[in-house]
Amino acid sequence: MNLAKFRPSARLWPVLASLGVLILLYAGGCLLFENFGSLRVLINLFGDNAFLGVAAVGATFVILSGGIDLSVGAVVAFTGVLIASLIGHGQPPLLAIGLALGFGAGFGALMGALIHLYALPPFLVTLGGMFLARGLAFVVHPESLSIDHPFYGEFISQTLSVPVSRRLAIPFTAFALIAVVLAGAALARWSRFGRNVLALGSSESSARLMGVPIGSTKILVYTLGGFLSALGGVVATFYMQSGNPASFVGLELDAIAAAVIGGTLLRGGVGYIPGTLVGVLILGLIQTLVIFQGTLNSWWTRIAVGGLLFVFIVLQQLTARRRVG
Amino acid sequence: MIVDLVLWPTLAALLWVNRRRPLLWPLVALALLLLFNRLFTPGFFALEIRDGRLYGTLVDVLNQGSKVMLLALGMTLVIATGGVDLSVGATMAIAGAVMARLAGVSIPVALGGGLGVALLAGAWNGLLVSAFRIQPIIATLILMVAGRGVAQLVTDGQIINFEQPALVYLGNGSLLGLPFTLALVLGMFALTALLVRRTALGLFIEAIGDNETAARFTGLPARPVKFLVYVFAGLCAGLAGLVAASNIKSADANHIGLYLELDAILAVVVGGTALTGGRFQLAGSLVGALLIQTLGTTLYARNVGADVATVPKAIVILAVCLLQSPVLRAKLASLRRPAPTALRKEGSV
Repeated sequence: MNLAKFRPSARLWPVLASLGVLILLYAGGCLLFENFGSLRVLINLFGDNAFLGVAAVGATFVILSGGIDLSVGAVVAFTGVLIASLIGHGQPPLLAIGLALGFGAGFGALMGALIHLYALPPFLVTLGGMFLARGLAFVVHPESLSIDHPFYGEFISQTLSVPVSRRLAIPFTAFALIAVVLAGAALARWSRFGRNVLALGSSESSARLMGVPIGSTKILVYTLGGFLSALGGVVATFYMQSGNPASFVGLELDAIAAAVIGGTLLRGGVGYIPGTLVGVLILGLIQTLVIFQGTLNSWWTRIAVGGLLFVFIVLQQLTARRRVG
Repeated sequence: MIVDLVLWPTLAALLWVNRRRPLLWPLVALALLLLFNRLFTPGFFALEIRDGRLYGTLVDVLNQGSKVMLLALGMTLVIATGGVDLSVGATMAIAGAVMARLAGVSIPVALGGGLGVALLAGAWNGLLVSAFRIQPIIATLILMVAGRGVAQLVTDGQIINFEQPALVYLGNGSLLGLPFTLALVLGMFALTALLVRRTALGLFIEAIGDNETAARFTGLPARPVKFLVYVFAGLCAGLAGLVAASNIKSADANHIGLYLELDAILAVVVGGTALTGGRFQLAGSLVGALLIQTLGTTLYARNVGADVATVPKAIVILAVCLLQSPVLRAKLASLRRPAPTALRKEGSV
């Protein structure tokens, strides 16, 4: 392969730029802090941000279709509480997880149906979904509920993790994240559904004229979003070993930010699922850097994420304009 | 009771005056909610005068609802241009933080600083939307994400308390027996209404919201108008932030204005302004804000926890969305008079 002839298309630039930011952040961390380059930090980066990554893949699909999902954080919290509560009442964990995933998919399908059938703005419908799921989470259980079951204690956090050395293991959640990203990327790139979503996001009227089934695609994409939010909630219970109805407030913003930083255009139609993983890892790295630094306060994370969002949105705008012009 | 003698005839008159106007449905909802409380929530209508000042649940509704009413005024104009401002909650936090920080210097500096920084926040959003031509929902997302961090930076992560009587008066004082915040809201409403209905500005805003390209071709200064609208939303958010900080006599960067941007958007939509832009209802937005606040207070008075209270709120959002849905309206219209005119293209957003 001749590298001199490697010309990435204009649409790929944002993804390459965010990959560059990721590498810079990681290299900078390694130079500044002694143990930053250790395998443990790298593994934790994947394990700790797995729930965000899984939910962000769902959010990316919805954004690709030209919509938006504000209910992500609330559905993640609801799923966690539902699972914790069901297991607390003596139900088998797998049944609890299955019910939670089913709920997430059904919830997403309901929002998608409202959006499609009544031509409602996704912004408002998923806002309603956010309030609904958040409130229902408090109905299920009003406060944090820890999960005390051998399935969670031993099976997930010990049997299913892959030991690297005597004191270090790759958690199951990291594998779940990678599996979801790969499956999502394949779905977006090579399936009919993925192409329909991209067509719908580029232009709904053209997609309709081309014979893309608008209704079913729209409903399905919100179903997928709800399902992946719920899966993110399941992954979060593996990680936190508890469910809390007040947790994950604002997670939808992180998911949207991850998608945008990963090169997904917020107006829909253009984006890459692996890019979202890059975005999630950048958000995670910023957090790790702030923690390593020690004296910086956590609000710097928010400012840094906002700054990055700004840079990438402007970058998107510039590349988009060049394509038109 | 005297409240009944004043309130119900007023409501009836308002409904009659607005019977053919878009304000009717939000007013009907508000009237029904108040009627429900009159019948089933004991003490909801109780008012008493202490130290020359009215106290009671209805007064609380007005006082607590003032923040969303202020936000809704700015948000109405933003939504009318076809945009949306997600950052007003974060702007409130910044304005409150700056005021608390400067409270020790002098009162005018504290108030001016808080409002000034809010204007800057609005100008930032306006610049992104008008000059950089970034989609409003995305442009304002930046400040929504980063704004609370900036507010934390201003307060140094602390909750700053202040005691200055003038600053405390802003959110807790009373004027002619009614909360001062009510006067503030009415003043801002009068100013805004004057600005948009007595000058061509309102027409410009509606034209831009209807069809920006067409508006520009007719020679309207679309970009400056859009910029100004975001600056105005910033100003309203700043005022709301000062009131919110004054209410609790401190600046809490984490909680001031949290989720209020959503309440403000909801108030505007409930009030009859479509999210797609164009025609706007300034008074409708105020009624919408009151409706949301009355609903919240009703639930609180009936011992529904604040956490669970999001469920009825969600139902209201979805119900209002459905009522305004063009598809559903067309279906209802075709039920009423089964004529072939009901044929519409489905699924058009």
